[in-house]
Amino acid sequence: MIRVEDLVKRYKKAETNAVDGISFQVKPGEFFVLLGPNGAGKTTTISILTTTLSPTSGGATIDGSDIVRDASAVRRKVGIIFQRPSLDQNLTAEENVRFHAVLYGIFPYAPTYGLMARGYRAKVEELARLLGIARDIHKPIKTFSGGMRRKLEIMRSLLHDPKVLFLDEPTAGLDVPTRRTLWEHLSEVRRTSGTTVFLTTHYLEEAEEADRICIIDKGKVVSFGTPDDIKRDLVEEYVLIDAADRSALRDELARLGHATSGGAPFKVQLDGHTVHSILRSIETPLSVVKTHTPTLEDAYLEIVSKTSD
Amino acid sequence: MTEASAILALAHRDFIKLLRDRQRMVADFAFPLIFIGILGTSLQAGFGSQAGINLLDYVFTGVLAQTVWQSSALGLISLLADREQDFSQEIFVSPISRYSIILGKILGESLVGLPQALAIIIFGFILQIHIGPDQLARMALAIVVIALFGGAFGVIVLANLSSQRAANQIFPFVLLPQFFLAGIFNPIQNLPLPLDILSHLAPMRYAVDLLRDAYYGSTSPVVLTDAATNVLIIGALFLVFMVIGTFLFVRAERNR
Repeated sequence: MIRVEDLVKRYKKAETNAVDGISFQVKPGEFFVLLGPNGAGKTTTISILTTTLSPTSGGATIDGSDIVRDASAVRRKVGIIFQRPSLDQNLTAEENVRFHAVLYGIFPYAPTYGLMARGYRAKVEELARLLGIARDIHKPIKTFSGGMRRKLEIMRSLLHDPKVLFLDEPTAGLDVPTRRTLWEHLSEVRRTSGTTVFLTTHYLEEAEEADRICIIDKGKVVSFGTPDDIKRDLVEEYVLIDAADRSALRDELARLGHATSGGAPFKVQLDGHTVHSILRSIETPLSVVKTHTPTLEDAYLEIVSKTSD
Repeated sequence: MTEASAILALAHRDFIKLLRDRQRMVADFAFPLIFIGILGTSLQAGFGSQAGINLLDYVFTGVLAQTVWQSSALGLISLLADREQDFSQEIFVSPISRYSIILGKILGESLVGLPQALAIIIFGFILQIHIGPDQLARMALAIVVIALFGGAFGVIVLANLSSQRAANQIFPFVLLPQFFLAGIFNPIQNLPLPLDILSHLAPMRYAVDLLRDAYYGSTSPVVLTDAATNVLIIGALFLVFMVIGTFLFVRAERNR
């Protein structure tokens, strides 16, 4: 569905690339997460994929349409929720929705709600009911809460049946309960529409339900795969041991077939074994035992802080 | 069809925004009324007899054209405001043509100028400026042309500006000299050559003159050029401003 190849973006007057040669693919119907710390290049990537920013080099296609040559076709195929809300504060909820519907050619323009096509009004009524804002749909956006605005934006972005829905840090600035209900809303949307979802976030927990995750940092891909792949890739679980008689310990570890790396203290990879079973199999008296079993979050922080040094 | 619908929707949005912004409405109406009421009346009282024309009429037609033209030119700044409020993202990711976006914006800001024009004309009646029905009809047509023209001028000016603040700093420089070069308050028939060249380069000149064509008639000694020529020049400039402006604006938007 999305194919990104060696994408590079350097902003004017910048000394480094904001996006530095990233490549990845997203399959149809997938829940794809682009994960990375602030300034990793997530928004830049999403802006290029949705054609609002030109790439410096490299390219991408969305559902077979080139983002530079067929920008208009790409725009028709994608929906996007921007990092910062893009509702017009001066308009009512319904007027914002109407504006979108007309811009995407779903319904012809009419100056008032009553004059809009019957199909449109049915859609708006359904939408208002789903959001529980039947009474407020004709009120200015100013009166809506942050979470409600976000939901309205998601509903609006789905009006034209996009093949891919891009969400750029949709939960930024929302409180925890709002974040949760928004999340439930999004899973519901995914389940009913089957749309490919491309989400960026810097919260690891938001990536856990993803089909696949791409971690980027400093504009480069750091890790890519299913959450389990990522965990295996990122999380290095080992036990660190040492003994007074180091050569005996080294020989014994070799004989037992444990993978070690470097000199003493010896780093023994768990490779699916438990710490207990490894320790029990060793007969050389040990002087040091240290376990290292980080969570995915620890591992993510470790990777991210390593590259930022 | 979709494009036309989208252009109307964009224009509609700008018009709604005006109606919901009371402060702007008041400011928009107050400024031209002060110009005509105080400047026009006092100029006529002081110099009217020497100039040989009624300066109140002269200033009235000048300010009417200038207000409409400037209103849509300045209105286009809202394109930058949209960018700062993140709303332009929603417009620019939509599949409609970039020219339609700019055209919708020009149309919307032109619509915004029309109630102002109406208020000025009513004020003109109060000041007992004589406007006949045929004059009024011609002026109405001219006002629509002038409003669209001003919008296109706004596009070309802000095409390369990055922020609303920059636009607010630049616009006085491109507008104020034109007040005098276009002859809003002062007759410009006998300008020294350098100023005459500058005057011909000032787009506002053609807007003001077109309205005077409508008010005085093309044969009056007060007007500079006949209506047909003015419309031709305005049409050509509109196309040039619109096409180049859109191209530059979109390029600046995407090549950051």
